[in-house]
Amino acid sequence: MKRTSSLFTNRSFLIGAVITLIVALTAGLSFIWTPYSVSALDIVAKLKPSSPAHWMGTDHFGRDILSMIMVGSRASIFVALVSVAIGAGIGIPLGLWAAARGGIVDEMLMRFNDLVFAFPALLSAVMITAIFGPGAINAIIAIGIFNIPVFARVARGAALSLWVREFVLAARAIGKSEGRITLDHILPNMANILIIQGTIQFSLGILAEAGLSYVGLGAQPPTPSWGRMLFEAQTMIGLAPHMALFPGLAIVATVLGLNLLGDGLRDVLDPKLRHMR
Amino acid sequence: MNIWKSCLFGAALALLTSTASFAAKTDLVLGIVLEPPHLDPTAGAAAAIDEIVYANIFEGLTRIGPKGDVLPALAESWAQSEDGKTYTFKLHKDVKFQDGTAFDAEDVKFSLERPRSDKSTNAQKGLFAAIDKVEILDPLSVKVTLKQPNGDFLYNMAWGDAVIVAPESADTNKDKPVGTGPFKLDNWAKGSQIVITKNPNYWGTPATLEKATFRIIPDPAAATAALLAGDVQAFPVFPSYETIAQFQADPRFKVVIGSTEGETVMGLNNKKPPFDNPKVRQAIAHAIDRKTVIDGAMFGFGTPIGSFFPPHHAAYLDLTTQTAYDPELAKKLLTEAGHPDGFKTTLKLPPPTYARRGGEIIAAELSEIGIEAEIIPVEWAQWLDQVFKNKDYDMTIVSHTEPNDLNIFSRDDYYFNYDSAPFKELIKQIEATSDGPKRTELYQQAQKLLATDEPAIFLFQLPKTGIWDSKIEGLWENGPIQANDLTAVKWTD
Amino acid sequence: MLTYASKRVLIGLVTLLAASIIVFAVLEVVPGDPARLMLGMNATEDAVRALQEQMGFNQPLLTRYFNWLGGLLTGDFGKSYTYSVPVLDLIKERMAVSLPLAMTSLVISTIIAIPVGIFAASRRGSATDTAAMGIAQIGVAIPNFWFALLLVYLFAIVLRLLPAGGFAGWENGFWPSIKSLILPSLALALPQASILARVTRSSLLDVLGEDYIRTARAKGLSRRKVLYYHALRNALIPVLTILGMQFSFLLAGTIIIENVFYLPGLGRLVFQAITQRDLIVVQGVVIMLVAIVVIINLLVDLGYAVVDPRLWSRS
Repeated sequence: MKRTSSLFTNRSFLIGAVITLIVALTAGLSFIWTPYSVSALDIVAKLKPSSPAHWMGTDHFGRDILSMIMVGSRASIFVALVSVAIGAGIGIPLGLWAAARGGIVDEMLMRFNDLVFAFPALLSAVMITAIFGPGAINAIIAIGIFNIPVFARVARGAALSLWVREFVLAARAIGKSEGRITLDHILPNMANILIIQGTIQFSLGILAEAGLSYVGLGAQPPTPSWGRMLFEAQTMIGLAPHMALFPGLAIVATVLGLNLLGDGLRDVLDPKLRHMR
Repeated sequence: MNIWKSCLFGAALALLTSTASFAAKTDLVLGIVLEPPHLDPTAGAAAAIDEIVYANIFEGLTRIGPKGDVLPALAESWAQSEDGKTYTFKLHKDVKFQDGTAFDAEDVKFSLERPRSDKSTNAQKGLFAAIDKVEILDPLSVKVTLKQPNGDFLYNMAWGDAVIVAPESADTNKDKPVGTGPFKLDNWAKGSQIVITKNPNYWGTPATLEKATFRIIPDPAAATAALLAGDVQAFPVFPSYETIAQFQADPRFKVVIGSTEGETVMGLNNKKPPFDNPKVRQAIAHAIDRKTVIDGAMFGFGTPIGSFFPPHHAAYLDLTTQTAYDPELAKKLLTEAGHPDGFKTTLKLPPPTYARRGGEIIAAELSEIGIEAEIIPVEWAQWLDQVFKNKDYDMTIVSHTEPNDLNIFSRDDYYFNYDSAPFKELIKQIEATSDGPKRTELYQQAQKLLATDEPAIFLFQLPKTGIWDSKIEGLWENGPIQANDLTAVKWTD
Repeated sequence: MLTYASKRVLIGLVTLLAASIIVFAVLEVVPGDPARLMLGMNATEDAVRALQEQMGFNQPLLTRYFNWLGGLLTGDFGKSYTYSVPVLDLIKERMAVSLPLAMTSLVISTIIAIPVGIFAASRRGSATDTAAMGIAQIGVAIPNFWFALLLVYLFAIVLRLLPAGGFAGWENGFWPSIKSLILPSLALALPQASILARVTRSSLLDVLGEDYIRTARAKGLSRRKVLYYHALRNALIPVLTILGMQFSFLLAGTIIIENVFYLPGLGRLVFQAITQRDLIVVQGVVIMLVAIVVIINLLVDLGYAVVDPRLWSRS
């Protein structure tokens, strides 16, 4: 009870939660309503600046930028969310396993982490898409791969510190198996840390997706995506700066919201880490 | 913004004047979009190679002039036999390669035989296919015998792929090109620029420019900024259609919209259902509004075409009305073809803007008549592999920039998978006919046949959008081949 | 210490070896034939086959791998398919752009971030602290390529002060080249500076909370003196670690920024090389970037060990 109340007095958390909620609701709304259709082109009305009819103006095909941003949020959220799920789904069990077993398993995991971290993320994404071709799914794979060692490391670290705690030692003494202890005692006690890490990776995922689709490796047209909108805007920046402004603001707002949310969660749930990062 | 502007005005002025002052009268900085992979035109297809070396560094027996006509180059004259099968070339004397070695009939024989060997990596081996043998009559005359008469032979010998190289330097031309031209390579900073300087020992009329720098600027926004700032004084093929209007309004610049040999088409896989049905192909043709495509993808630059023939050619027929935009008719044709509700298909798009943007517009237009085309962007490597070689595609957009390439629709294994006996017969006749009313008549028949059959959807002719400093003269207005011939370029005052 | 060090070096080498196998294997399955790409649409099958032979594609897989690996060890990275010059020369040429770019942005971000971080920590909770950290929070959320676009709009399009892209080339003088690097390095530096400022602040606050600082304060040392003579020195250790990591991150970050500004650096080289299927260049650049990351991590690890001897025994 104390936790929830302090969450709601935490400024970072509140601002972050509101922004994130707005983004999520907008994305949801885009499934049932957008101001204009994003698939209908209207070349005659291209590159129009902001106006009462088009709040954020129109793009080079005469599409409404506000509608494009609303629909584009889906690609960002989808890619980031699924790649977090991949990272957590594979990384956490790996980390827990390494912490429980130690020895060679642990050593192998650490070396795997070293290996993945040694590759500049964007470079690997480029190579992956060179094989499978560009697309949202391949962006997910590329980002997801980098989430695996992140979650594995966090889970391992947290689990290691829990394995030496009294209640775990006690469970061990009464003959519980490593697997059982992990499920019953370790995992529930590190949920906070994992949620915080999930939020951070989610916001990094939004940035990564934007970067990949900006260089043409993310969701493909006609599916709108924020990074692609910025790519299209680049050549028209002298003619239509509004094309570059609004999708960028959407990215910043989303990432900022998630970061604040993560900071707030950390402050409240994990006071030890208060001023890190 | 105005406050910003005035605050920084002083600094801006200083910077601008420092960049504007370096345009001396005998050197020129040109912008090019693509960096050539290497500089040997006889060992690669990239147009970017010819854009640097053609007529500047390397010369052939003949050359193509600014209007697309065949002019003498290293051959000062030639004679054709009665049966049209042999050509005797008389070569210029006292010609030296840039490394000092002399040019003579041996080099011609070498250059014409090399592409025909098995080991050759010449990308246009077809140009030499007609040659039966090459004989040296004396150091300055060469006799070429063809297997059968070929109306295009002199034209073929003018291609960049047919330039004359010396046996001594042929293997190192990729990195150190050695030709007979009025310029020679000075320096190539990979990824940034290529500098050529005047060849003092040139055999013909010397160039006016002492030095020309080709700066590689692939980004349209950067190209615009570089021209405005004077970092680059000429962009023979300007990549940013969206900013051309801005230059047209600026007296410092000349904007020259010329023609190219680039027919931009949406190729269809003619053997793959439903595209094997001519009605489906015609339905697609009527569903696409070329004007919208040109306005949307090219910002209005480009000439609509109704068949596969360049509009500036004398034998051109305007057939665009035959496949005019008519969604109702398109729907009707689609219903007659047995697809009243349309169908799902794919559209593979290579990297150029005309393809990517044009493809988005076309996909949206096709969905109006029920055809859902999934867009698949591909890189050139994948396009060549999947579409061009393995014909693993439904629809694709590409510009066919080679001159004189009507015959691609007669090739058996070409990616359109189009197989038409009457068309093949027409091409055979065209190739055996020299220029004249007969050939024009045959060309027009071929155009009509394609416009009816629609093996591909004919969209528009790529424009050559040149922008340069208004004090520059002598750059080509049109692009009969992809080259930047600098021999006649000069600054005026 | 020695065994610890040699173990870390060994691990680094194994990582590099594994990376070389991965890079080679991945590029082996990339679709697209470099020979066909170079010869284009009108090339005959004969010509394509001849070029494939020239490029050595018909040797067995393992032979090619070991040839490549053996070459790497002797400093021979092979010859670019497209440019037909040694890959190492290309890399050196491109390094002349990427390295100054990464360095400048590292310097810019350090110059901005460390003072801001110290200032914010020393006035914890003040309005300036809140404002500085608020800006840093936003800075972290800004994608560097979008920031680059905004910079281009302001400085290249509106003010026409700096080039929107392209690189003048060092041979054309120092100032024009620096001019073409200003906007890219600013774009790269901002998000890094935001992260660094936050790390500096929190690390300093942690140290300020430690016992010995309290003791120093209790002994009557001024707040300022404690901050600069005692706390800062210790707080900078994590900051330096982050800096080390950021350098390799920046080298990789140049990939995207070089593509925004069309700078002929390593990032653009690797992008171009992938689209042109110049795989030998891709292999060379990737393995070199990986090596840089591994070496920097190794140095950071060893540096830590020097500072914190407990690590020796743990290994």
